[in-house]
Amino acid sequence: MLGAVRRRAGGPQSLLNTILKCKSGLEPAAAAWVTGGRRNASELTVREALNSAIEEEMSADSKVFIIGEEVGEYQGAYKVTKGLLQKFGPDRVLDTPITEAGFTGIGVGSAFYGLKPIVEFMTFNFAMQAIDHIINSAAKTHYMSGGKIEVPIVFRGPNGAAAGVAAQHSQCFAAWYAQCPGLKVLAPYNAEDARGLLKAAIRDPDPVVFLENELMYGETFTVSDEVLDPSFTLPIGKAKVERQGTDLTITAFSKMVGTCLKAAEELAKEGISAEVINLRSIRPLDRDTINASVRKTSRLLTVEEGWPQHGIGAEICASVVEQSFEYLDAPVERICGADVPMPYAANLERLAVPQLEDIVRAAKRVCYRSSEQTAAA
Amino acid sequence: MASSVWRRTSKILKQSASTLAGVSARQAAVPLASAFHQKIFTRDLTIEIPTPFKAHKCEPPSTSVETSAEELMGFFKRMYVMRRMEIAADSLYKTKFIRGFCHLYDGQEAVCVGMEASLTPKDCVITAYRDHCTHLGRGGTVFEVFAELMGRVGGCSLGKGGSMHMYNKAGNFYGGNGIVGAQTPLGAGLAFAQKYMKVDGVTLALYGDGAANQGQLFEAMNISALWDLPIIYVCENNHYGMGTAEWRSAKSPEYYKRGDYVPGLKVDGMDCLAVKQAVAYAKAHALDKGPFVIEFDTYRYHGHSMSDPGSTYRTRDEISGVRQERDPIERIRKLLIAQEISTVADLKNIEKEAKKEVDDALAKAKESPLPPLEDLFSHVYAKSLDAELKIERVIKFLGQFLVID
Repeated sequence: MLGAVRRRAGGPQSLLNTILKCKSGLEPAAAAWVTGGRRNASELTVREALNSAIEEEMSADSKVFIIGEEVGEYQGAYKVTKGLLQKFGPDRVLDTPITEAGFTGIGVGSAFYGLKPIVEFMTFNFAMQAIDHIINSAAKTHYMSGGKIEVPIVFRGPNGAAAGVAAQHSQCFAAWYAQCPGLKVLAPYNAEDARGLLKAAIRDPDPVVFLENELMYGETFTVSDEVLDPSFTLPIGKAKVERQGTDLTITAFSKMVGTCLKAAEELAKEGISAEVINLRSIRPLDRDTINASVRKTSRLLTVEEGWPQHGIGAEICASVVEQSFEYLDAPVERICGADVPMPYAANLERLAVPQLEDIVRAAKRVCYRSSEQTAAA
Repeated sequence: MASSVWRRTSKILKQSASTLAGVSARQAAVPLASAFHQKIFTRDLTIEIPTPFKAHKCEPPSTSVETSAEELMGFFKRMYVMRRMEIAADSLYKTKFIRGFCHLYDGQEAVCVGMEASLTPKDCVITAYRDHCTHLGRGGTVFEVFAELMGRVGGCSLGKGGSMHMYNKAGNFYGGNGIVGAQTPLGAGLAFAQKYMKVDGVTLALYGDGAANQGQLFEAMNISALWDLPIIYVCENNHYGMGTAEWRSAKSPEYYKRGDYVPGLKVDGMDCLAVKQAVAYAKAHALDKGPFVIEFDTYRYHGHSMSDPGSTYRTRDEISGVRQERDPIERIRKLLIAQEISTVADLKNIEKEAKKEVDDALAKAKESPLPPLEDLFSHVYAKSLDAELKIERVIKFLGQFLVID
């Protein structure tokens, strides 16, 4: 957004005016910068990152529009679409009734015609009501039509566990969507990921499932000027090594990346050097980066919040066994959410979601430093 | 309201007549039998259709339909080509050239032929899996339908879709959808895009009596009505959803009323002219005001699919009764003869030409090869990835050692 500001003509006063006009669409960060306020110039929350990404892409391409529950007048259930209705009007920011199958089908149909819809699900739990359109209408159509019909659509929204929202509102759908050829599945961790991956997703001609995390929306990250530029995108299908290490490889996505980075610091104190990979892209999975890392460290721990059976870790384990078996010095370990529907009670919920100590314990186990097991269902 | 709708309707009919030449060119060419017919084809007529419209929350259109000799001859030829194509598909299925599912449209031809008389290439059409003839109506060719049914690379979806997944983007035909009812919100999405891009066109979302109870249809209707989308929901009521008669699946089988706040018409779907009139009327409404529902009373001679004999849930007398009394092709034949536009012998000649056209297309389709093995991995994504290319190369290499019948 700030890069877009730079491109507008007019000199310092009109520049200032433009910035002030834009600030209404964003959290105080931009305004604070203008008024020399409390935060660093290049600090962005994940929410601001997503908001600015959508706003820039809608400004750049008139075919992009956003549709979902409360995206307009309510300013977004989680305020990710704040200010967009005011800026782009009701023809491009569409509030829908609570009818996921209907409005998702409408989004997909408009993509068939050539528009570029962003369909927001208030959470991906509700997308199950529309999953036929995501898979059968969106993912498969380019193939079934022999390449005739393209489906340039983004399905986005919070995925996975929040806090205290219980069984029907806490499921992680990464493994479900990532299984399907025809979909691309992305999971940002920080503000840079959120901006770069969402912009890439909106520009991509294929259906993209964009899995956000509600608990990450308010987290602040420092970003470079390059990230703030409106042309910034991240490649789909590339993971990022967030922290270099030599003793074991830890893979994670979304909120768990943060937990794994903290775990890596704990492990460093005990002399274990962990390499943390932020997957960014669940489908396509960056098998090359993961395998190159495992060939270096010889040990693998996969971390995810979702259920263990047929999860992301299962696929990563299979990939490493297929491509780097001789390099492994220990069996692959998986840390996952507990194999139960999400409980409500705070103590049980804490047990059901991977915690820092679970990751540290498993890392030590995979390094043969300990044989302590976690509780099994 | 009625007069503005009528002004719109007659404008559309005039536009349709002028694009009819274009439509004919898009379709398989109709080589006209003789100079006698060339002269007659400039004749305009007004035909009174026998079955009145039933209206829901609107005034029904007039039962006097403006048409022309050329248009009626076009109806006859196009429906006959479709009929022969579907009958050929029946044989192909029984001789195992076609595998899997095959849902035939014979009996229902008047719907997809009559509607095109009131549509332009700017309008969008989306339907379910009984789509072979709908694909033809939108500008597809008999060759690419047969090739697709047999899974050959010359098929409209390169052999990768099959019977239920025929598309024609240039002709604004969006399939060919296998999941019952899914095409209705997709159709609303097409209409949304047309309105968004300010295109002078409407979308027809076709569905059957079996799909008419789907929740997503009502979700789509609700949003379409809230946003005034230019969409016509077309229920092709052939009275049986697979093996279940309409009275067993719908508490209210008056499908033209099921839109509630959306106005609707019930139309004799075996009458090309009634179909044309209703679609023109609905299009004018949709462009001006928003969604409309048309229920076409039609009939399929075949069972639900080739796996269904179609006679366990309905009597053979019923089927032959419809064939005798209401067949859409016979109706036009009688009209052409009564109006002295053509003769029995000339129509027989046209039938022969149509049959030859279909036979030639079939012979050509049988020569079309199976898709190359690399096509297994193509078109998964529009923007493909390196890994896919690597696997493609492996398959290409392996393909040297594989023998496929």
